[in-house]
Amino acid sequence: MTDLAVTVSYWLLLIGMACCFWRMVRGPSLADRIVAIDMLTVLMVAFAGVYVIATGEAAFLDAAIVLALTGFIGTVALARYKERLLRQEPATDGPRDRTRAP
Amino acid sequence: MIETITAILLVAGSGFACIAGIGLVRMPDVYIRMHAATKAGTIGAGLILAAVALHIADTWVVLRVVAAVAFLFITAPVAAHMIARAAYRSGVPLWQGTVINEWREDELRRDAVSPPPPHSHGQTVRPQERSSQ
Repeated sequence: MTDLAVTVSYWLLLIGMACCFWRMVRGPSLADRIVAIDMLTVLMVAFAGVYVIATGEAAFLDAAIVLALTGFIGTVALARYKERLLRQEPATDGPRDRTRAP
Repeated sequence: MIETITAILLVAGSGFACIAGIGLVRMPDVYIRMHAATKAGTIGAGLILAAVALHIADTWVVLRVVAAVAFLFITAPVAAHMIARAAYRSGVPLWQGTVINEWREDELRRDAVSPPPPHSHGQTVRPQERSSQ
């Protein structure tokens, strides 16, 4: 029962990670890639949880906590980087035709 | 019994994660993609960690699981907010079918009340948008 659930979870998480990678490669803007990296980290935390259930090795929970922490810091750093990039060269960044609210 | 609940939580959590991945691919716009990735991804990881806490019913493990889940639930909205603000400020376009943009309405209202001095908004308002109002 648990073995089957673990296998199914591995595959579903892998599908989610593959989607993240696809978005990271394709993403038209830097923000898309940051979102994909953020979600990839959350999925890695989930993967560590599934691995704890599969092996009974509770040490991977620490890895999950550290991954969540590092992922958050990385996301914040990337978002700040994107804003700072904008401040340095406001003339060249971003498309001009933004959709407006009616 | 516990084993069944663990299995259900595992499959439900990873199902949420998979749906979040599909949403990340299929949604039309950064902001809507963020909606899928942040909420569904976080609840997926939370359900899987809850399954861990049920499977290994040890006090120390449960404590660590609670810490990890609390950390995820606290940081996910903050990270999403920062990404969205950076994306909007740098001019990532909204989806064509977007019906409400409160930031834009706010800017219009503020400009209507008192025209801002030059450079007061910094980078958020582009010159050609300002001149077209």
